[in-house]
Amino acid sequence: MNDKRVRALLPIVLAIAGGILLFNLIAFAFGEAPASALRVAFEGTWGTPYGFGQVLFKATPLLFTGLAFEVALRAGLFNIGAEGQLALASLVGALVAANLPASLPMPIALPIVLAVAAAVGALVAFVPAILRARRGVHEIITAIMVNRIVDAILPWTFSTVLGSTSLRTADIAPGAALPRLDRVVPSFAGSAASFAFPLAVVIVFAAMSLLDRTRPGREIRWVGLRPEACRAEGIDVERRMLLAMLLSGALAALAVSSTALGYKGYYELGLGAGAGWSGIAVAMLGRGKAIGIVLAAIFLGTLEQAGLAVNARVPKEAMDVLEATLIVLVAVASRVASKRTGVVQAADPEPEPPRDNPAPTPASEEARS
Amino acid sequence: MSSIFSLTMLAESIRIAVPYACAAIGGVWAERAGVIQIGLEGILLTGAFTAVSVTHATHSPTLGLVAAIGAGIALSLGHGQLTERARVHAVISGIALNLLALAATRMGLRALYDSASNSPGIEAYRFGPTGATGGAMLLRVLADPVFFCALAAVAATPFVLRNTRFGLRVRAAGENPVATASVGISVTRVRLSALAVSGAICALGGAHLAYDQQRFESGMSAGRGFIALAAVVVSGWRAGRAALACLAFGVLEALQITLQDEVRKTAVGDLIQTLPYVATLLVLALAPRRAGAPEGLGKHAAE
Repeated sequence: MNDKRVRALLPIVLAIAGGILLFNLIAFAFGEAPASALRVAFEGTWGTPYGFGQVLFKATPLLFTGLAFEVALRAGLFNIGAEGQLALASLVGALVAANLPASLPMPIALPIVLAVAAAVGALVAFVPAILRARRGVHEIITAIMVNRIVDAILPWTFSTVLGSTSLRTADIAPGAALPRLDRVVPSFAGSAASFAFPLAVVIVFAAMSLLDRTRPGREIRWVGLRPEACRAEGIDVERRMLLAMLLSGALAALAVSSTALGYKGYYELGLGAGAGWSGIAVAMLGRGKAIGIVLAAIFLGTLEQAGLAVNARVPKEAMDVLEATLIVLVAVASRVASKRTGVVQAADPEPEPPRDNPAPTPASEEARS
Repeated sequence: MSSIFSLTMLAESIRIAVPYACAAIGGVWAERAGVIQIGLEGILLTGAFTAVSVTHATHSPTLGLVAAIGAGIALSLGHGQLTERARVHAVISGIALNLLALAATRMGLRALYDSASNSPGIEAYRFGPTGATGGAMLLRVLADPVFFCALAAVAATPFVLRNTRFGLRVRAAGENPVATASVGISVTRVRLSALAVSGAICALGGAHLAYDQQRFESGMSAGRGFIALAAVVVSGWRAGRAALACLAFGVLEALQITLQDEVRKTAVGDLIQTLPYVATLLVLALAPRRAGAPEGLGKHAAE
């Protein structure tokens, strides 16, 4: 058991160590003494309560988008459309929040706004989902097309529909706003961490346990593992794929809680952009566990905040380079780790029955291992 | 209306179609060899950045082109190493490749030109007559060396895949890697060779894109790699048809640019920009289901 846990964690530790090494190399290439850049990065994040608050703030949307990618991945689908799902949901959510009566109390206003955002996110995800389920079109191509369409819809909505030149919505109703965390932890003062963070953590754990413990949740996973077997068993594979993808879109959309609702108090063009892409790295690092997703989101939130801290010396884009490299590193490291386990299994005295056709590793497993 | 059926329109369509067609041919090479390649977007972007930065430094667009092709081959081979040797899932590797290309070119812009959005202008190839007539524009488009390379790649790909020993091996590796390995051919080596060709041709498209704009802009590939992938799927993984699909796409986009000023005044406004993406979605939705996909796409010779 203990050994198994170590083996599961090892790839992540190796990948993070590789990432830190790469960061030092990049810092060196920009003429910085590596250790000093690293120290600035640390001081700007975990070194002060404010920095740590900012880390939590940066991690919050990644919790939602990381969970979103994970949910789709369980069904063997790659939802790389979180970027567009979140953007359109943020706009519509903020518009609804801005038009709620100011006297509406939070227990009513907040759920309304979150439900609207989730519905819009699911609707945006519906396009790649239905094309995949009914027409067999790969969701990656269609999700990118939808992302680009949303990219054009947003400025058009501001300029043509709303007739505003500022590219932002009106302020949201006070009932829809999530309070900052510094209300209860005064030392976070000034940081943008809000109650969206605990909300996100609760949703990650709740969603992951629902996926593991309910029938539809487990069916989503089976569909990702063996679609043919599910079909033979009478499970509606297409419907489960649709469910996973819509759920994924809805969860990605909830990231609006940390940006428009918990931070700005309105939505402006580009708010929360990039969270959809980082969510992929979160899901890959999170290894399909709720606690993994939380830790991965905090780690990538640290990277983002550290990027801002070192920006004057090393461009913050270096952190995005690091993030992409981490996806590769953790994939390679876990592949190597699982190959080791494979050798152990092969040494098993039980011979495997011969097969005419070697079954391909299912997408949902192979992507992770 | 006459502006729609003119030499200018034809010139524009061809000019616009070249990066799409290069990426699509690159996609055909990778996927006919059995490697899922969604990283075309990243290779286009890297090709464009390399072409501009080398041209900017050396004042030679030819060196820029060569460097771009080299970068494309390197990225494509990196993808191949990850998927074929380390057995990382090709979609994950492709996503990482795209993110890496976007981030690295942004970092490069900051490092080299201290800009977050674009590089300074460069002096690209200047051949053919000057002037604004449709004929002159068409000649300029056709006299471009990058266009010529792209045309050669488009023309040669179906021939090489169908008639040469290498092409046969590529198709064999893509259709049935297990059988291919059983006759003593190294599937990995064949696939890596095909990926090198794929990366080179795709990067050519990136260089064309950048030379056309005479500068590099952050994220300038703008989804072209994915639209090209859609063209590959719709064409049934056949190079000639994929290139034709890209040309049709070029016509559509040229039409959009021509109509843009008219449409801008109406309520549709900037939504006209979504035309290429909406069209891709429609074509994918209406095209026949997964006809002609290589049987061994994403499969390996041995686990």
